[in-house]
Amino acid sequence: MKSAVIVFPGSNCDRDAAMAIQKVTGTAPAMVWHQETTLPDGTEFVMLPGGFSYGDYLRCGAMAGVSHIIPAVKAHAEAGRPVLGVCNGFQILIETGLLPGALMRNASLHFVCEKSPLRVENANTRFTSGYATNRDVVIPIAHHDGNYFADDETLDRLESEGQVVFRYARNPNGSARDIAGITNERGNVMGMMPHPERAIDADHGGTDGLAVFESLLGSA
Amino acid sequence: MSQYAEGITPEIAASHLPADEYDKAVEILGRAPNLVELGIFSVMWSEHCSYKSSRIHLKKFPTTGEKVIQGPGENAGVVDIGDGQACIFKMESHNHPSYIEPYQGAATGVGGILRDVFTMGARPIALMNALRFGAPEHPKTRQLVSGVVAGIGGYGNCVGVPTVGGETNFHSGYNGNILVNAMAVGLADTDKIFYARGAEPGQPIVYVGSKTGRDGIHGATMASAEFDDESDEKRPTVQVGDPFVEKKLIEACLELMETDAIAAVQDMGAAGLTSSSVEMAGKGQVGLLMDLDKVPQRESGMTAYEMMLSESQERMLFILKPGKEHIAEAIFRKWELDVATIGRTTETGRMVLMHKNSIVCDIPLDPLAEDAPLYERPWKRAEPEPAIFADELSQPKDYAEAILTMMVSPDLSSKAWIWKQYDRHVMADTAASSEDPADAAIVRVHGTNKAIAITTDCTPRYCENHPVEGGKQAVAEAWRNLTAVGADPIAITDCMNFGNPEKEHIMGQFAECVEGMSEACRVLDFPVVSGNVSLYNETNGFAIPPTPAVGGVGLIPDLSKRMGYGCVAAGDILMVVGDTEGHLGASIYLRVIENREDGAPPPVDLDAEKRHGDFVRTQIRAGHIKACHDLSDGGLGAAASEMAMASGTGLNLVHEGDLPLHGWLFGEDQARYLLAVDEAAAKDMRKAAKAAGVPLHVIGIAGGDALTINGTIEVSIADLKAVNESFMPTLMGEAE
Repeated sequence: MKSAVIVFPGSNCDRDAAMAIQKVTGTAPAMVWHQETTLPDGTEFVMLPGGFSYGDYLRCGAMAGVSHIIPAVKAHAEAGRPVLGVCNGFQILIETGLLPGALMRNASLHFVCEKSPLRVENANTRFTSGYATNRDVVIPIAHHDGNYFADDETLDRLESEGQVVFRYARNPNGSARDIAGITNERGNVMGMMPHPERAIDADHGGTDGLAVFESLLGSA
Repeated sequence: MSQYAEGITPEIAASHLPADEYDKAVEILGRAPNLVELGIFSVMWSEHCSYKSSRIHLKKFPTTGEKVIQGPGENAGVVDIGDGQACIFKMESHNHPSYIEPYQGAATGVGGILRDVFTMGARPIALMNALRFGAPEHPKTRQLVSGVVAGIGGYGNCVGVPTVGGETNFHSGYNGNILVNAMAVGLADTDKIFYARGAEPGQPIVYVGSKTGRDGIHGATMASAEFDDESDEKRPTVQVGDPFVEKKLIEACLELMETDAIAAVQDMGAAGLTSSSVEMAGKGQVGLLMDLDKVPQRESGMTAYEMMLSESQERMLFILKPGKEHIAEAIFRKWELDVATIGRTTETGRMVLMHKNSIVCDIPLDPLAEDAPLYERPWKRAEPEPAIFADELSQPKDYAEAILTMMVSPDLSSKAWIWKQYDRHVMADTAASSEDPADAAIVRVHGTNKAIAITTDCTPRYCENHPVEGGKQAVAEAWRNLTAVGADPIAITDCMNFGNPEKEHIMGQFAECVEGMSEACRVLDFPVVSGNVSLYNETNGFAIPPTPAVGGVGLIPDLSKRMGYGCVAAGDILMVVGDTEGHLGASIYLRVIENREDGAPPPVDLDAEKRHGDFVRTQIRAGHIKACHDLSDGGLGAAASEMAMASGTGLNLVHEGDLPLHGWLFGEDQARYLLAVDEAAAKDMRKAAKAAGVPLHVIGIAGGDALTINGTIEVSIADLKAVNESFMPTLMGEAE
C-alpha cells in the first residue's frame, strides 16, 4: 500500500506514524512537506500525524487546516480514498471540514497522557475491521484539546450512522458521549485522539493499535 | 586614565562588578570599560557563567573513563554506548526564574537543556526533571507546582520529546527558593558530534533561530544573587519560551549537521550572544568581529548592550566553513527561522563589536576567559550528628497506621498528578516511564534492542545532616536505581544547588558534598561528564537544604532483560540483598512519625554498594529475578508497599532477630535491594550470593491482597493505593 504522511512545522508524531505504517505495510510512506501542493502519484492512504502543528497557536489545527497541501488531501478524501488523522491530525481534519464537530480544551484543563481503555464501537469500517474479535483495547492518549463536542443533532446522526468508532471506557477529557474517534459519513476519513501508532509494539505501548493499520491494509 | 568611562557612574559600575573585579577589567582593557563592555564582563564573570566559587572544588570530580568521549567543558557530556553510537546528556537548573515566573521559568529550563544536547548533534530522546518545592501548606506552593508542571509539559509535549521520569520533594527549606532541575538525553553517531571548539580565523559567524528581544537581560546575573521580598519585581529578567520554534530549530540544526558546513556551534543560553560567541572564540583561539546591526531584532531601537545581554530563547550561533553560508540559509528559511551572517572570526584575539558604524566594544578575549575571577572561599565542615537507631525510639502504637501515614507523606506519595501532564510516549521508544514500576526510566535506542536507563536522585535531608555521606548517597542511589532495572551504569551529570557560597557553612556544604560525590564516582566507576552549579538559592538569609542532584545514565544491552518491580506473583520468595542495622537518623520515618529531622544519615559503604549491585545485575541477566526494587526513602516498609501496589499481589514479611521491628521496617540502610524470586531460582541465588560475599536474606513470601508483617500487622493494597494517590490531588485542590 502506498502511503503518505503529511509533515507540518510542529508535527512530532510523524516519525512514529511512518514507523507504524512501515511495520504493517512493509513500505515506508512518503513524508510530504506541508508546502507541497500535490500528493505523490498513486498515493492510496494519507495520514495526518499528531503534534503541535504551528505550535497550536490560534487554535489547534487551525493554521494547518489552511496550509498548501490541504486541497490535495481533501481531493484524496473526496475520491473516497482513506485519510487518518490522529490527535493533532484529528484536530486538523475537523478544521478542514472533513469531519464534523469541535475539539475543545480538556475538561480538567490539564494535558493528559495515559494508556486509555477504549471500546471499538464499530468494527465494520476500513480502519477497524481488524478489531472484530477484540473490541476492548488500550491505546495511549496525550493531548490538551481532545474534548469532543458537537450539537445533539450531529451526535445523534453520528451514532445512528455508525460513525462513532472509538469510545472511551474512562472519559479522560469530557468528550461528549465519551467519543474518542469518528469517521465521516462515507467512512473513508477517520479522526481519533488516541495514538494507535504508539501501540504497535509490546515493548512500548502494547499492540492494540496495530489493527488500525492492518485493517487499512486489508481494505486496500 | 579616568577611572570611569563617559556616562558610567560609580553606581552603574558597582551594579555590574564588585570593586576588585572592576579594577581587573580596567587592567585588562588598559582603560575604563564602556557600558557594553561592563555588561559583558559582568555576565561572563557572574557566578552562573564563570563558576568562580565552585571551580576549585569541581576539579575533584573524576571525569574520565573508558566510555567517556567528552567530559565537562562542552555543552553536554558524551559517552560511548557501542555500535558507533553515543549518548549525550546534561542536567541544568532553572531555579531562580521558576520561582519568579513558574510557567516560563520551567518551560525555558526545558528548552535550554534540550539545546545543550542537540547543539552537539544529538537527537533528544528523553527529558527528566528533579523538582523541590516548599512545604505543602505554604501559601505559594500550589501555585508554583501548578505553574512549573504546566511549563515543563507545555514545552516538552510540544517539542515532542518524552518526559520519562524524575523526582519531586516538598520541604519547608524550599519555601523561598524552589528547585527546577531539568535533564535532557540524546543520541548521536560517534563520528557526528559537534563541539563549541574548532573555529579558525576567517570563518563566517551565523545567527539562527528566534529574533533577539529585550527579555531575559541579565538573567545570568539574577541567577547569581540572593532573593529578598522584592524578588517578584525581577520578573522581566525571566525569558519567554516558544517550543514551536524550538521544534523547528531541532529539525533545522540536525539537517544542517548532516552537511559538512559547520566548524563550531554553540547555543545561546545564559548571557546569550555574549557567552556563545566568547565560548566558541576562547576554545578556538580566534578573534570575533560582529556587526550588531545584522542581528535579527524583535523590536526597534535595541542598544548594543541589550543585544549582547538578551537571553531571548531558541537561538543558536554557528561558525561555518567559509562559503557554506548558503547551505545554512536554505535550511533555516525552509523551517521559517531567522538566519543571518553577523560577522566573522579574526586573527586579532579580540572581540570587536560594531553598532551603527562605530566600535562599541573591544575586549581581548583571552583574559576575559582566562582571568575570570577564581575564589577559594573559606569553608568549614558541618558538625557531625550522632546516628539514631530504633532502640532509642519508642515503637509506633499502630504499625499499619504508621505505614499508611508514611505512604501519604509528601515525598513517598504518588506523583501521578504531575506526570500525567507529560507526554511520556512520543517517539514510541519509551519502555518504562514514571507510570511504570521501575527504579529508572528506560528508553530504547531507536531501531535497536538496546536501551538507555535514566534516573535522577538526591536525598537533601542526608546532605543537610552530613554533606559527605549525603553526596556519596546521591551518587550511590543513582547507580543502584540503574542497576535495579538491569542496566550497566555509565556516567552522571549533576546539578549542584546550594545557598550563598560567601557563607562559610554553605561553602562547606558544597565542598563536602563534592568530596562525597567524588569518592562515590571513583569507587563505582561512574564519572561526572557534565553539570551545572546553582548558588545563592537563599531568601532573606535562609538557604535551601544542600541539594546536589545527580542524573545517572546506564545502558541495557538487551531490552528483553530489563527489570521492574511490578511482576510479583503469589508464591514468589521475597529476599533482601544487604544487611539492615536499622539506621533511622534523617529518615522519612523520623520526619513523618516522630516529627524530627536530626541524626546522622545512613553511612554509605561504597565497596558493599558495588558488590551488592554487581550481584543483583548478574542475577537479573541470568533471569533469576522477577522483581527488583532499591531500598531508599522509607526503607523496606515503603519499598514493599510500592511493590505490592504495583503488582497487585500482597507481600507477607516475617521479621526474625533482635533488631526492633521499626528499625527493620523503616531503617534506611544503604546498598540494599528488595527482590521477588521464583522458588526454583531461590536456592541457586543463595549459593551465588554466598560465593560473591553478598548478604541475602529471605524475608517472606508473596500472596494475598495485603502487605502483612509477622502475620499480625496488615495493610490492604486498596488502602495503600487510596492514601498514596490522595496527596497530590488534595494539595492541588482537585481531590474527588
